[in-house]
Amino acid sequence: MLLGPALAVSAALFALGVLGVLLRRNAIVIFMCVELMLNAANLAFVAFAQQLGVAGQIFVFFVMAVAAAEAAVGLAIILAVYRHRHTVDLQHINLLKG
Amino acid sequence: MDGTRILFGGFAVLAIASAGLCITRRNPVASALWLVATLFSLAALFVLLDAQFIAVLQVLVYAGAIMVLFLFVIMLLNLGRAGPTDLKGPLGLGVGVLLAGLLLVQLLVLRQAGPAAGGPARATTEQGMIPTVARPLFTAYLVPFEITSLLLLAAIVGAVVLAKRKL
Repeated sequence: MLLGPALAVSAALFALGVLGVLLRRNAIVIFMCVELMLNAANLAFVAFAQQLGVAGQIFVFFVMAVAAAEAAVGLAIILAVYRHRHTVDLQHINLLKG
Repeated sequence: MDGTRILFGGFAVLAIASAGLCITRRNPVASALWLVATLFSLAALFVLLDAQFIAVLQVLVYAGAIMVLFLFVIMLLNLGRAGPTDLKGPLGLGVGVLLAGLLLVQLLVLRQAGPAAGGPARATTEQGMIPTVARPLFTAYLVPFEITSLLLLAAIVGAVVLAKRKL
Protein backbone atom coordinates (compact mmCIF):
# COMPACT_ATOMS: atom_id res chain seq x y z
CA MET A 1 0.00 0.00 0.00
CA LEU A 2 2.80 2.36 0.91
CA LEU A 3 5.09 0.84 -1.72
CA GLY A 4 4.88 3.75 -4.17
CA PRO A 5 5.54 6.54 -1.65
CA ALA A 6 8.30 4.52 0.03
CA LEU A 7 10.10 4.00 -3.30
CA ALA A 8 9.77 7.72 -4.06
CA VAL A 9 11.36 8.61 -0.70
CA SER A 10 14.06 6.02 -1.33
CA ALA A 11 14.83 7.52 -4.76
CA ALA A 12 14.98 11.04 -3.32
CA LEU A 13 17.33 10.01 -0.51
CA PHE A 14 19.59 8.11 -2.93
CA ALA A 15 19.77 11.12 -5.27
CA LEU A 16 20.61 13.39 -2.31
CA GLY A 17 23.39 11.00 -1.32
CA VAL A 18 24.83 11.05 -4.85
CA LEU A 19 24.58 14.85 -4.87
CA GLY A 20 26.50 15.00 -1.59
CA VAL A 21 29.27 12.73 -2.90
CA LEU A 22 29.60 14.86 -6.04
CA LEU A 23 29.42 18.19 -4.21
CA ARG A 24 31.57 17.87 -1.10
CA ARG A 25 35.34 17.70 -0.71
CA ASN A 26 35.55 16.64 2.93
CA ALA A 27 36.28 12.89 2.93
CA ILE A 28 34.29 12.24 6.14
CA VAL A 29 31.18 14.01 4.80
CA ILE A 30 31.47 11.99 1.58
CA PHE A 31 31.51 8.85 3.72
CA MET A 32 28.34 9.98 5.47
CA CYS A 33 26.68 10.50 2.07
CA VAL A 34 27.58 6.91 1.14
CA GLU A 35 25.85 5.77 4.34
CA LEU A 36 22.83 7.82 3.25
CA MET A 37 22.73 5.95 -0.06
CA LEU A 38 22.93 2.59 1.73
CA ASN A 39 19.98 3.64 3.86
CA ALA A 40 17.97 4.61 0.80
CA ALA A 41 18.56 1.11 -0.57
CA ASN A 42 17.47 -0.34 2.79
CA LEU A 43 14.22 1.61 2.59
CA ALA A 44 13.50 0.11 -0.85
CA PHE A 45 14.26 -3.39 0.51
CA VAL A 46 11.87 -2.92 3.44
CA ALA A 47 9.14 -1.46 1.20
CA PHE A 48 9.30 -4.49 -1.11
CA ALA A 49 9.50 -6.87 1.87
CA GLN A 50 6.08 -5.65 2.99
CA GLN A 51 4.61 -7.01 -0.24
CA LEU A 52 6.85 -9.91 -1.22
CA GLY A 53 7.83 -11.63 2.02
CA VAL A 54 10.41 -11.34 4.76
CA ALA A 55 13.55 -12.00 2.67
CA GLY A 56 13.97 -8.27 2.00
CA GLN A 57 14.29 -7.55 5.71
CA ILE A 58 17.01 -10.20 5.99
CA PHE A 59 18.94 -8.46 3.22
CA VAL A 60 18.67 -5.20 5.15
CA PHE A 61 20.38 -7.02 8.02
CA PHE A 62 23.29 -7.99 5.71
CA VAL A 63 23.50 -4.47 4.27
CA MET A 64 23.83 -3.10 7.81
CA ALA A 65 26.65 -5.54 8.60
CA VAL A 66 28.50 -4.53 5.42
CA ALA A 67 27.93 -0.85 6.21
CA ALA A 68 29.40 -1.29 9.69
CA ALA A 69 32.49 -3.05 8.28
CA GLU A 70 32.85 -0.38 5.58
CA ALA A 71 32.61 2.45 8.11
CA ALA A 72 35.27 0.91 10.37
CA VAL A 73 37.77 0.26 7.56
CA GLY A 74 37.04 3.52 5.74
CA LEU A 75 37.49 5.68 8.83
CA ALA A 76 40.74 3.85 9.60
CA ILE A 77 41.94 4.70 6.08
CA ILE A 78 40.94 8.36 6.60
CA LEU A 79 42.90 8.38 9.88
CA ALA A 80 45.96 6.96 8.12
CA VAL A 81 45.70 9.52 5.30
CA TYR A 82 45.30 12.35 7.80
CA ARG A 83 48.43 11.24 9.62
CA HIS A 84 50.44 11.52 6.40
CA ARG A 85 48.90 14.61 4.77
CA HIS A 86 47.35 16.49 7.72
CA THR A 87 44.15 17.12 5.74
CA VAL A 88 40.99 15.24 4.77
CA ASP A 89 40.23 17.62 1.90
CA LEU A 90 40.13 15.45 -1.22
CA GLN A 91 41.37 18.38 -3.33
CA HIS A 92 44.76 18.10 -1.62
CA ILE A 93 44.93 14.29 -1.73
CA ASN A 94 45.92 13.92 -5.39
CA LEU A 95 48.98 11.66 -5.34
CA LEU A 96 47.55 9.43 -8.08
CA LYS A 97 46.54 12.33 -10.32
CA GLY A 98 48.58 12.47 -13.54
CA MET B 1 -5.06 3.64 7.30
CA ASP B 2 -5.23 7.36 6.73
CA GLY B 3 -3.32 7.98 9.96
CA THR B 4 -0.56 5.70 8.68
CA ARG B 5 -0.35 7.67 5.46
CA ILE B 6 -0.19 11.01 7.25
CA LEU B 7 2.54 9.73 9.60
CA PHE B 8 4.43 8.28 6.64
CA GLY B 9 4.29 11.60 4.80
CA GLY B 10 5.45 13.54 7.85
CA PHE B 11 8.44 11.30 8.52
CA ALA B 12 9.28 11.17 4.79
CA VAL B 13 9.44 14.98 4.62
CA LEU B 14 11.52 15.00 7.82
CA ALA B 15 13.95 12.43 6.37
CA ILE B 16 14.41 14.25 3.06
CA ALA B 17 14.76 17.66 4.72
CA SER B 18 17.37 16.37 7.18
CA ALA B 19 19.25 14.66 4.34
CA GLY B 20 19.30 17.94 2.41
CA LEU B 21 20.62 19.79 5.45
CA CYS B 22 23.17 17.01 6.03
CA ILE B 23 24.79 17.44 2.61
CA THR B 24 24.86 21.26 2.76
CA ARG B 25 26.07 22.04 6.30
CA ARG B 26 29.63 23.35 6.39
CA ASN B 27 30.46 21.99 9.82
CA PRO B 28 31.05 18.19 9.74
CA VAL B 29 29.56 17.78 13.22
CA ALA B 30 26.32 19.49 12.12
CA SER B 31 26.32 17.27 9.03
CA ALA B 32 26.65 14.16 11.21
CA LEU B 33 23.85 15.25 13.55
CA TRP B 34 21.48 15.92 10.63
CA LEU B 35 22.35 12.46 9.30
CA VAL B 36 21.34 11.04 12.70
CA ALA B 37 17.99 12.85 12.32
CA THR B 38 17.59 11.25 8.87
CA LEU B 39 18.36 7.80 10.30
CA PHE B 40 15.78 8.23 13.07
CA SER B 41 13.10 9.29 10.56
CA LEU B 42 13.98 6.25 8.46
CA ALA B 43 13.54 4.05 11.53
CA ALA B 44 10.03 5.50 11.92
CA LEU B 45 9.34 4.74 8.24
CA PHE B 46 10.52 1.15 8.82
CA VAL B 47 7.99 0.77 11.64
CA LEU B 48 5.23 2.05 9.36
CA LEU B 49 6.32 -0.52 6.75
CA ASP B 50 5.90 -3.44 9.22
CA ALA B 51 9.62 -3.88 9.93
CA GLN B 52 9.82 -3.26 13.68
CA PHE B 53 12.95 -5.35 14.29
CA ILE B 54 14.82 -3.62 11.46
CA ALA B 55 13.77 -0.25 12.91
CA VAL B 56 15.27 -1.16 16.29
CA LEU B 57 18.45 -2.34 14.56
CA GLN B 58 18.55 0.93 12.61
CA VAL B 59 18.54 2.99 15.81
CA LEU B 60 20.99 0.71 17.66
CA VAL B 61 23.51 0.04 14.87
CA TYR B 62 23.31 3.10 12.62
CA ALA B 63 22.30 5.98 14.87
CA GLY B 64 24.02 4.39 17.85
CA ALA B 65 27.24 2.70 16.78
CA ILE B 66 28.17 3.91 13.30
CA MET B 67 27.39 7.59 13.84
CA VAL B 68 29.29 7.59 17.16
CA LEU B 69 32.27 6.22 15.21
CA PHE B 70 31.95 9.07 12.69
CA LEU B 71 31.67 11.74 15.42
CA PHE B 72 34.59 10.15 17.26
CA VAL B 73 36.81 10.43 14.16
CA ILE B 74 35.69 14.04 13.54
CA MET B 75 36.63 14.94 17.11
CA LEU B 76 39.89 12.97 16.92
CA LEU B 77 40.99 14.86 13.79
CA ASN B 78 39.80 18.15 15.34
CA LEU B 79 37.57 19.03 12.36
CA GLY B 80 34.63 20.13 14.48
CA ARG B 81 34.61 23.76 13.36
CA ALA B 82 33.26 25.26 10.18
CA GLY B 83 36.17 25.96 7.91
CA PRO B 84 36.01 27.60 4.49
CA THR B 85 33.25 25.92 2.54
CA ASP B 86 34.20 22.60 0.97
CA LEU B 87 31.38 22.70 -1.57
CA LYS B 88 32.64 22.63 -5.14
CA GLY B 89 32.43 25.67 -7.42
CA PRO B 90 29.59 26.60 -9.80
CA LEU B 91 30.76 24.12 -12.46
CA GLY B 92 30.90 21.23 -9.98
CA LEU B 93 27.55 22.32 -8.55
CA GLY B 94 25.93 22.34 -11.99
CA VAL B 95 27.31 18.94 -12.98
CA GLY B 96 26.40 17.43 -9.61
CA VAL B 97 22.82 18.74 -9.63
CA LEU B 98 22.41 17.60 -13.25
CA LEU B 99 23.64 14.06 -12.57
CA ALA B 100 21.70 13.67 -9.33
CA GLY B 101 18.53 15.02 -10.96
CA LEU B 102 18.96 12.62 -13.87
CA LEU B 103 19.34 9.72 -11.44
CA LEU B 104 16.26 10.84 -9.50
CA VAL B 105 14.17 10.95 -12.69
CA GLN B 106 15.42 7.50 -13.70
CA LEU B 107 14.58 6.02 -10.29
CA LEU B 108 11.14 7.62 -10.29
CA VAL B 109 10.42 6.18 -13.75
CA LEU B 110 11.66 2.79 -12.58
CA ARG B 111 9.16 3.01 -9.72
CA GLN B 112 6.30 2.45 -12.18
CA ALA B 113 7.53 -1.11 -12.80
CA GLY B 114 6.37 -2.43 -9.43
CA PRO B 115 5.88 -6.10 -8.62
CA ALA B 116 3.12 -7.87 -10.50
CA ALA B 117 -0.26 -7.53 -8.88
CA GLY B 118 -1.56 -10.58 -7.08
CA GLY B 119 1.88 -11.73 -5.94
CA PRO B 120 2.40 -13.61 -2.68
CA ALA B 121 -0.04 -12.98 0.12
CA ARG B 122 0.18 -9.61 1.84
CA ALA B 123 2.18 -9.45 4.99
CA THR B 124 0.52 -9.69 8.36
CA THR B 125 1.44 -7.47 11.28
CA GLU B 126 3.56 -10.37 12.55
CA GLN B 127 6.01 -9.84 9.72
CA GLY B 128 8.52 -7.54 11.34
CA MET B 129 8.70 -9.37 14.67
CA ILE B 130 11.96 -11.04 15.69
CA PRO B 131 10.84 -14.71 15.25
CA THR B 132 9.67 -14.22 11.66
CA VAL B 133 12.91 -12.45 10.73
CA ALA B 134 15.22 -14.71 12.73
CA ARG B 135 13.94 -18.11 11.59
CA PRO B 136 14.96 -17.77 7.90
CA LEU B 137 18.19 -16.10 9.01
CA PHE B 138 19.27 -19.26 10.83
CA THR B 139 17.90 -21.75 8.30
CA ALA B 140 17.77 -20.64 4.67
CA TYR B 141 20.34 -17.84 5.08
CA LEU B 142 22.68 -19.55 7.54
CA VAL B 143 25.75 -19.57 5.26
CA PRO B 144 25.55 -15.83 4.39
CA PHE B 145 25.05 -15.15 8.11
CA GLU B 146 28.25 -17.01 9.00
CA ILE B 147 30.13 -15.28 6.18
CA THR B 148 29.01 -11.96 7.68
CA SER B 149 30.86 -12.84 10.86
CA LEU B 150 34.00 -13.49 8.81
CA LEU B 151 33.54 -10.12 7.09
CA LEU B 152 33.29 -8.34 10.44
CA LEU B 153 36.40 -10.15 11.70
CA ALA B 154 38.31 -9.06 8.58
CA ALA B 155 37.08 -5.49 9.08
CA ILE B 156 38.25 -5.45 12.70
CA VAL B 157 41.70 -6.76 11.79
CA GLY B 158 41.92 -4.32 8.86
CA ALA B 159 40.92 -1.33 10.97
CA VAL B 160 43.48 -2.19 13.66
CA VAL B 161 46.28 -2.65 11.12
CA LEU B 162 45.41 0.57 9.25
CA ALA B 163 45.17 2.66 12.40
CA LYS B 164 48.53 1.50 13.77
CA ARG B 165 51.07 4.24 14.44
CA LYS B 166 53.58 2.85 11.95
CA LEU B 167 51.93 1.66 8.74
